[in-house]
Amino acid sequence: MDDTNAIVAEGLVKRYGDTTALDGVDLTVRAGTVLGLLGPNGAGKTTAVRVLATLLPPDAGHATVGGHDVVRRPGEVRRLIGLTGQYASVDESLTGAENLLMIGRLLGLSRPAARDRARTLLERFDLSDAAGRAAGKYSGGMRRRLDLAASLVGHPRVLYLDEPTTGLDPRSRNEVWDIVRGLVREGVTVLLTTQYLDEADQLADEIVVIDHGRVIATGTPASLKARTAAQTVTVRPAFADQLTRVRDAVGRVAAGPAVVTGEIVTAPVSDPGALAKLVRDLDEHGLTVDELALRGPSLDEVFLSLTGGRP
Amino acid sequence: MTTMPLRNTATLAWRTLVQIKHNPFELIDFSVQPIMFLLLFTYVFGGAMAGSPAEYLIFALPGIIVQNLIFATMNTGIGLNTDISKGVFDRLRSLPISRFAPLAGRISADVIKQAWAIALLLGIGMVLGFRIETGPAAVLAAFGLLLVFAMSLSWVSVLVAMLASAPEKVQIFGFVLFFPITMASGAFVDPSTMPGWLEAFAEINPTTVLADAVRGLLSGGPVAEPVTWSLAWAAGLLLIFAPLSVRAFRRRV
Repeated sequence: MDDTNAIVAEGLVKRYGDTTALDGVDLTVRAGTVLGLLGPNGAGKTTAVRVLATLLPPDAGHATVGGHDVVRRPGEVRRLIGLTGQYASVDESLTGAENLLMIGRLLGLSRPAARDRARTLLERFDLSDAAGRAAGKYSGGMRRRLDLAASLVGHPRVLYLDEPTTGLDPRSRNEVWDIVRGLVREGVTVLLTTQYLDEADQLADEIVVIDHGRVIATGTPASLKARTAAQTVTVRPAFADQLTRVRDAVGRVAAGPAVVTGEIVTAPVSDPGALAKLVRDLDEHGLTVDELALRGPSLDEVFLSLTGGRP
Repeated sequence: MTTMPLRNTATLAWRTLVQIKHNPFELIDFSVQPIMFLLLFTYVFGGAMAGSPAEYLIFALPGIIVQNLIFATMNTGIGLNTDISKGVFDRLRSLPISRFAPLAGRISADVIKQAWAIALLLGIGMVLGFRIETGPAAVLAAFGLLLVFAMSLSWVSVLVAMLASAPEKVQIFGFVLFFPITMASGAFVDPSTMPGWLEAFAEINPTTVLADAVRGLLSGGPVAEPVTWSLAWAAGLLLIFAPLSVRAFRRRV
């Protein structure tokens, strides 16, 4: 058993006919941390989760969860994991309480113990009032909370959250985020898939960006921002007739072409000292500016640049 | 992980049955529909077929029970397909339980529903004038034979469920397959009145042999041959469709 890594996947490949859903995915999740698996629709996120949750055998590569191989020891893996998301769903025709009771019984709890566990989880997720209503009649946020509760009945050490907040309003989304943070504080390892950079930024200790079934970047949210896209410098000359000369000055420190849009010159810069150089340069040439700013990229820009513009 | 397959099966059967509490439509589906068929067949065709509804009921009730039983086997497939397309199956499969428990749980629950429908039809049939001419042992044998046949035939339903992309398709397929099979039989009329080629089909039709067996077991008359043929059909369906279904099940889920 690897004490530091809860999930290790190496070279996972999964094909459906001509479509390659996973094309050699490697990823590692340290125990007790949150890994954000980020990618556009159809990137292979759900397929990766299904492989790691023992629902789908990979065509090549291997993966272990808590040190157990997902193909050879699926029973051991299933004792450790909880699965919530797009595809792993509660039964809409059962009540919230019955759903949790059923899972408790399937996990081997006695009837009273399963009922207790269901009651505890319903309280914790603020669903006590809706315990006797069919899950199909729940609102989106309640439904997602019940999904989460259902995946926690067996006290999983590793939790897969497949797009846990897709389609939720901001308030419900924040509730789900708080729940996830609480679980991480209790030591649960989380693999979270999302299309939302904001979500990965909020929750993940580390991010793996995948597209077309391949890992295209890995790192902390901060390192991804720093590494991939350059920062952008924005300069507004004080006098319109200096626009061209300001553009040339910016061009001398920039990492790419300086672009004039209206009265503003923008250019990407990668050299940390670029701003200081630019200020000196402008001064030496007697150029005055009204505005001069340097800003880091948003994760959205990082994402777009990594996935080649496909949001 | 496979330490408690029986208990897991019981839990999942409970789950299928407890749904009825929340979804009255399901009750209508397997209670009201058979009653409707029973009343319509008895009172619409009875006079023309046998001189009076009461007289026809004696012939037709076993046929109605068998037709309803055959249609109802599709519910197993519809339920399985719904679970797969809604993601309930993925949740169940992520738990450390036997892989076949969801399948066994569904089939067990559906056998209980089938027993309920048979009892309901028989009870209402008796209110309308049907009389059991044999003894309790023969009635139990009829129930047993019907349920054994239903379990074997439900593997067809499981196979369709594994191959179909949506629950509605399972339903349509079941109707298109089973409606002609159950009608072109000796369930409602004497096959000797049919054209020769159809009569030949009706004579070997499992609907016919099963209806004849139930008729014999409830009203008296020859039982050895139709019971043997019914069991042979049940065994044949099981031998062909259970392995195919299990293979499709392993591929799909």
